[in-house]
Amino acid sequence: MTANLTAASPARNEGGTGKAITENGLARAVRLGVLRIGYEVRAYFRQGDTVFFTFLFPVVMLTIFSVSFSEASFGRTADGDDITAARFFLPAMLAAGVLLSGLQNLAIDIAIEKSDGTLKRLAGSPLPVVSYFIGKLGQSFVTGLMQAILLLALGFTVFQVPLPEDPANWWTFAWVFAFGVLTSAILGIALSAVPRSGKSANAVVIPIVLVLQFISGVYLRFSDLPEWLQNVAAVFPLKWMAQGMRSVFLPDELRVLETNESWNLGGIAIALSIWLVVGLIVTRLTFRWIRKDS
Amino acid sequence: MNSTETVIEVRDLRKTYGDLTAVDGISFDIHRGETFALLGPNGAGKSTTIEILEGYRDRSSGDVRVLGVDPGRGGLDWTARLGIVLQSSGESGNVTVGEQLQHFAALYPNPRDVDEVIAAVGLESKAGVLIRKLSGGQRRRVDVAVGIVGAPELLFLDEPTTGFDPEARRNFWQLIRTLQSEGASILLTTHYLDEAAQLSDRAGIIAGGRMVDLAPIDQIGGRESRVPLVRWLENGERREQRTEAPATLVSELVGRFGGEPESLEVIRPSLEDVYLDLVGHEYAAEMAADNLNETEAAR
Repeated sequence: MTANLTAASPARNEGGTGKAITENGLARAVRLGVLRIGYEVRAYFRQGDTVFFTFLFPVVMLTIFSVSFSEASFGRTADGDDITAARFFLPAMLAAGVLLSGLQNLAIDIAIEKSDGTLKRLAGSPLPVVSYFIGKLGQSFVTGLMQAILLLALGFTVFQVPLPEDPANWWTFAWVFAFGVLTSAILGIALSAVPRSGKSANAVVIPIVLVLQFISGVYLRFSDLPEWLQNVAAVFPLKWMAQGMRSVFLPDELRVLETNESWNLGGIAIALSIWLVVGLIVTRLTFRWIRKDS
Repeated sequence: MNSTETVIEVRDLRKTYGDLTAVDGISFDIHRGETFALLGPNGAGKSTTIEILEGYRDRSSGDVRVLGVDPGRGGLDWTARLGIVLQSSGESGNVTVGEQLQHFAALYPNPRDVDEVIAAVGLESKAGVLIRKLSGGQRRRVDVAVGIVGAPELLFLDEPTTGFDPEARRNFWQLIRTLQSEGASILLTTHYLDEAAQLSDRAGIIAGGRMVDLAPIDQIGGRESRVPLVRWLENGERREQRTEAPATLVSELVGRFGGEPESLEVIRPSLEDVYLDLVGHEYAAEMAADNLNETEAAR
């Protein structure tokens, strides 16, 4: 620590005029946002508990369900083939992964960053709040996409799940995934305001996510649930994401098991839009770099 | 107002939380290029004051300007000119020292060279190590590095050397002297009075939310409190006398006793002695009152 620092610029000793941020505000926010994505993704994969409970959890569950129910049939295709457990649970786990990578990840992560001083440090730096959000959304998107690819690869190679050939199905997958991650991530940021400390974040967030998975057709077959419970689940976004994923990966004949015997893609878009707006409003009202005067 | 002369102006700053008054009308200026130490016991209002200046807290009343800007309304252009080393951090630290500094350097318009900053805080050998794997003192040095990587005009250091070993502390002082020679202005709070004496030009002493003294560091407490003190034992009784001429007094005592005076001490008050004199009585009284209340409550 024998200090040997090069003075960054003589201008800063003359009133600081040479140090002003000259770049356009939005361009700078986006550039730093992209930088944050790299920083956030790297930090994500170095957290053992996040990697397990958020990233690998759906992969583990798909494996358990596919193996334990390998003798069971989850319906028949038009050709009379049985639908295997792996094929049945793949879309469910894809939907769960979207919820975990967006909502669970960010709600816990940001609640911890609020209480451990990360946000306070950032608030004292010239990082725009928008860049911070871009970083978080990008982290959810990148890790969610890697998780989806891992699930698809596992289903296809190990459990021989047939993947759709029609490009229209992949287009549905793309928008349900992207819209789902965006909505889940914004709801995660909104939900991060609830835990009073980083330590309580898991206790607040995980039960919500777990209950949603049980009532939204992730672990249990949606058509087996009582109608009133289906109606409750239909208020929340996960039911719609799971339905969208089923429309992609299950044969069209299974549509008869859905509400009103329809995949209802329009309904999915509407439900996710409403939750996105709700999340944005709550975030706008509650998100602060720091709790002043706490 | 000439903002090139004064980097911080505080006038009659007050901060209350309900019935509690944390800061009770303090005023001071910090000049460009100056290092100013804010000293005082825990709970005196130091951290509240520094956090108001950093823009983290709102004030109840008073007028504050930091680099010519009201910290309650400072934008990104303003924070880009500041370096802030907060009191403590418990961040998860899932990035390496090098990654953290690269990242923070990228946020500033005119940053320092990252490798130089890492070397300046003595962490060259730890550049590739995750921050969570560092010791407390090493993490503190990362905080300092992040605080200076943006080449700030004004640096806030809130108890920067807590957890440093003596050698790291001396090296840190050397680093601060380098920053000073480049013209940085610094606001420092510390519990180590030798650190304040080593680094700062002026100091303000806060107790109970009020500024009890404000002076160049070698004049804190006034001339009177710096006058050497001679202590000795006479007929089993402790005697002491302040005098500008301690040697003369001692030789008088030798003459009077016809030999060595018993338990002779000549004390030249250090900043610490002066400081404890200034805050000690009030502080001690408060502590005693607290203890009494607790005892009462326990009954």
